[in-house]
Formats: sequence, structure tokens, C-alpha cells
Amino acid sequence: MKDFNKFLGTAKYIASEPLQNAVNVAIALGRPLLVKGEPGTGKTLLAHNIARGLGKKLIVWNIKSTTKAQDGLYIYDTVQRLNDSRFGDRDVSDIRQYIKYGKLGEAFASDEQVVLLIDEIDKADLEFPNDLLNELDEMSFHIPETGETIRAKHRPIVIITSNSEKELPDAFLRRCIFHYIEFPDRQMMEEIVKVHYPDIDKRLLHEALKKFYHLRKIESLKKKPSTSELLDWLQALIAGGISYRKLRSELVFAGALLKNEADFMHLPRNEAV
Amino acid sequence: MFIDFFYILRKNGVPVSITEWMALTEALSKGLADSSIETFYYLARSILVKSESYYDHYDLSFEEYFGGLNDEGMMQKKLSSICEEFPEIRDELLKWLNDPINRMSLSEEEVRRLSEMELEELIELFLERLAEQRERHDGGDRWIGTGGRSPFGNAGINPAGIRVGGVGGRRSALKVAHQRKYRNLRNDLTLDVRQIKVALKRLRLLSRSGPEEELDLDATIEKTCKNAGEIDLVFSKGRKNIIKLLLLMDVGGSMNPYALLSSRLFSAANSSGHFKDFKYFYFHNCIYDHVYTDIARRERFKTDELLRRFGREYRVIIVGDAWMAPSELLNRYGAIDYDDVCETTGIERLLQFREHFDHIVWLNPEKQNIWDRTTIRMIRDIFPMFELTIDGLEGAVRELVGRR
Repeated sequence: MKDFNKFLGTAKYIASEPLQNAVNVAIALGRPLLVKGEPGTGKTLLAHNIARGLGKKLIVWNIKSTTKAQDGLYIYDTVQRLNDSRFGDRDVSDIRQYIKYGKLGEAFASDEQVVLLIDEIDKADLEFPNDLLNELDEMSFHIPETGETIRAKHRPIVIITSNSEKELPDAFLRRCIFHYIEFPDRQMMEEIVKVHYPDIDKRLLHEALKKFYHLRKIESLKKKPSTSELLDWLQALIAGGISYRKLRSELVFAGALLKNEADFMHLPRNEAV
Repeated sequence: MFIDFFYILRKNGVPVSITEWMALTEALSKGLADSSIETFYYLARSILVKSESYYDHYDLSFEEYFGGLNDEGMMQKKLSSICEEFPEIRDELLKWLNDPINRMSLSEEEVRRLSEMELEELIELFLERLAEQRERHDGGDRWIGTGGRSPFGNAGINPAGIRVGGVGGRRSALKVAHQRKYRNLRNDLTLDVRQIKVALKRLRLLSRSGPEEELDLDATIEKTCKNAGEIDLVFSKGRKNIIKLLLLMDVGGSMNPYALLSSRLFSAANSSGHFKDFKYFYFHNCIYDHVYTDIARRERFKTDELLRRFGREYRVIIVGDAWMAPSELLNRYGAIDYDDVCETTGIERLLQFREHFDHIVWLNPEKQNIWDRTTIRMIRDIFPMFELTIDGLEGAVRELVGRR
């Protein structure tokens, strides 16, 4: 397999081996990759970096609670047509000009292979994934209004993220490759931080990670700090010129790590690092 | 046979289907396993397992299927059966034995006879060499790993598939499986705030209410057509959750070990914000003439008043271990706090609740295997009882939104 083992992470994104593996399996089998994981573990960023790593265009479809499967394929702008029929000067008998592709349609119609990110699919209605089954399987859909069938010229690389707010239907899951992004361990976290702040003082990083993983261990926290919060915090520490000695004695800028008032109040008692 | 792995997975509760199995076969025949058991571990997992809550089941199955290979006899058996399935293996064995490095340990006689050997003889030879190599390079700790010197391709699982040895210099997939680090993600374990929130999200009944502010496109088009093209906009009411939730929590005494768990449930419900109304009260062991509005049980609230104020449409979740002296449930003045004078017995109160509310469930943090204790059994007769785990909570939510 020549084109296998394509995705290896990028300079700005460290992908663990199992994750690289899952991405490449998904690409090779032409199936969507479903990514789950704790908030802040870089699910959305993955798609951006696959696109960057492979030099492909990225199309992002952000899912909201009101999103319908149809929105991703195409929209027939009837209101515009009605309006044109009364006031406009366009030829309303040409329906094609009122058909607008959605994100999925855009990905299919593209002349080159693209990366399609379907972000937070669990936000939509329960039926949403089922409505997309056929389109993702066949990579084509039909537009009855014009009698056209849009077929993908190149199977897009489909990355789907979920925060598991809803369960996804079995039929949908069967067609996906699945990967659960684990929370990075200390060693991996160090690599991730170094990618973002290459010049960070080693002792500061060491002390910060110690505090960070200690915080995550506190059972009673309502929201555990995640990677993105750690990175924000480190930026604050660097910008504030905090020394590792100061950090050792007190948890500076805790607000960057803890976003819940109760957690914040809770802290002093448990903060005996 | 390889298909056994499929059945072991199913036996251990991983919902694998034929579709996924076929996909795995396709991936193997494309050579995606990259000839290493470790890559295979992740490859098969990403194709066969669709939820992190089954990762642990997968690890167990993986160990069950491949773990036996530690034992030479088992390994021989497994290899022979795989070779029967995939005759091409024979060539691979030959190739391996013919490799200059491996040939060193063969006698000239053996080398000459290689091409005429029976399959079984070949396998035997292969295993012998492998064992030798292990002693030489590995110190015998890793599963037939040979520090990368064994080029034995494709013997494991599928003609295009996995290398038996050469698990690579680092950790073996078996070791990963053995660590069982996904144990905490199992669905039958207890939960954190986010998981509870997710489960509670399903506790909803939508109904159209509030101001008319959503554009009803279909109605608009129809009306506009009827008006011969004069655009006429139609608005309708948005859909809102009409569920009102009442949470009653047992605090103190035997519930102390579960205080953290209860507080998680509380904060999840409290911050969910998608309920039309959310109220909560505390009690100690059983509900008597009073409940309490604070966790320290200082502020009393009359139970009769509670039943008056909260209508039958409230969904009620009672959290408690339901485990007490029978007298606390059955006797008048049975309350464990002697200052809680109760004219009515606990069990009568519970029956009142059952009568009053249409939807009411009991969540029990105790494991199901002790649910046959006297008071737990009596309370189970009154309320549908669920374990306070993800699975239990999901069942409870279904019960609460179901028809009565």
C-alpha cells in the first residue's frame, strides 16, 4: 500500500500512534472517522491538521441543534425564486440557479479530494445521522427539482466529531471508523506544549504540569481543566513572567484553569501540592 | 480460527456486526495491519468497537484470544488452524526459514529438505527457531518478540496480515490490552457530572408554548399561494421542554460513602437548565412528616405541603440506599432522628408519593446484588428502582418520560 500511512500529524499537532492509525485506516477504507474524547483534547483540530498535513482543502460543517441532513446537501431557495418571479429580472424557469449546495454537496462537487469535518454531530436531532447514511455510503445524492445526481468526484475524507451528548444510531456507527482520543499523559503533554511554546522554561513547565495533573486528580472538581486550558494558562504564566519558584508556592492565574465558580471556591482546601 | 475472535468479542458484550467484520477483513487484505500485532490491536479496535465504553471489553477479548499464544502448544495449534485457512502461509514460513539469519541455525540437511517439508514440520521448525531467537535477543520477557530480527511476515491472522513476532521494540499490544486502562470508561460503572448531564438531557418532552416567534415556512408558503402570491408570513410557537423535575436525596448516615456521587447528580440536574422547573429536598433514610431544604437538615419543610405544592406532572427522582432497620420503614415514630416526630410511617409516606406522582423512580447507589435485603426489597415493590450508574440512569430516564 503506497498511499497508506499518509497522516503522521503536523508540526503543530501531535497525533498519537493509534490516532494516526485510525485516520489512515479511515482514509484507506474510504469510511468516515468518528472521533470522541473529553472536551479540549483536540477533536476539531484533528480535521484541520489532517487537511494541513495532507495538503488538502478543508470544508467545515458545524452542526447545530436545528441542522437538518438536507441542509448539508443543497437548499432550494424557493423564497428567492418567488421574489424574482414578482420583482426580479432573472429567468425563474431555470431552477438550477436557485439550488445552493450545502457543505456535503460542496465536498462532493469539488474537483479535488477534500477533508470534510462534520463538527459535533451529536448536537443535531437523533435522526440526523441516519438521514445521512445513504449519502455517506454512496457519496452521491439526487436533486429531484433539477433531476440531477451529484456524485463525488473524489471520496472526501470525512471526519466526524461527537461530544457524546446523544447516542448515535447503530446503523450509523457500523459504517464508521471509531477513535476515542484519550487525555494525553504527562510525556505526551510535554511534547504538545513544546510545539506551542518551544522556548518555555523547563522548570516552569515541569512545575506547571505537576500542578495541572494534580488538579485533574481532584475528584470533586465539576469541570476538569483540559489541554486547551493548560495552554492558555501557560501563555498567561509566560506573559506574566511568573517564575517557577512563585508557581511552586501558589497557583497563579487559577482562573485560566478552572471555569466553575464552585471549583474555584473549593480550591484552597485541596491546594496542598 | 480467526473468526473465533469475532465470537469472543460478542461473548464479552461488544456489539460487533458482520458489516464491521467484513470491513476488518478488507483492511487486513489491504495490508493495513502493517505486519505488527500492535498495529492490528488498534486497527481492529477502530473498526470493530464504536464506543469507548466497550474498550475494556475489547481489551479483555483481545487478551482472551491472543493471550493463549504465550503457551507454545496453543500457539502451534492456532498457527496450524490459521495455515489451513490460508494456504499461502506455507510460502511465508518457507521464506522466513530461508532468510540467511534464520538459516544459520538450521542444519544443512534441514535447509536442503525445506521445500519438501510437510506443513506441520515447517511450523515446528519455525517455532523452535523462534524460541531460540527469543532466548538470544529478548531475555524471554516479551511475547515472541525478537527485537525486530524476526522478519516472519504474515503468519498470524491473515495472509496479508500480521507478523507473529517482532512486536517492535516498545510495548506489545497484549501488554496494552492487559493494562485495562479503559476500565473507567465502562458503562456499568458510576458516573461523573458530565455523563449525568448527558443522561438527563434525554429527560425531555417538547411542547409548543411561549410567544409565537418561529417562522413556519410551510404554512407561509401555503398561505402565500392561497393569497395569489401576496407574501403572508405565518409564525408559530417554539418547542420547549415541559418537564419539571423534583429531586429527593437521602443524606447522612449510610449514604455518606455516596455523598460525592449524589452531589454530582445534584449539580448535573441543577446546571442542566433545560427543565421547566427543578426543585430538590433532602431526607434521612426515609421520607417522614418532614423533608429538608438544606443538606445539613436544619430547615424543615412539611411533606404534606410538598405534596400540595408539587403537582402530579412533576417527574420525581429519589436517591437513597433504601437500606435501614425495618422499624424505620414500618413503625410510627420510626424516624432515626428522634426529633423528627412522625405520625405516619415511612412506608405509608412512600406509598403516598407513589400515588401522587405519575412518574417516580428510585436511584440506588448500592450494587444490585444486595437489593434483596428486606427494606430495599420493600421499597422496590413500591418504586421502579435503578442502579446509580450510566446504564441505570438511562433506564430511569426512560421510565420518567414513558407513558403512564
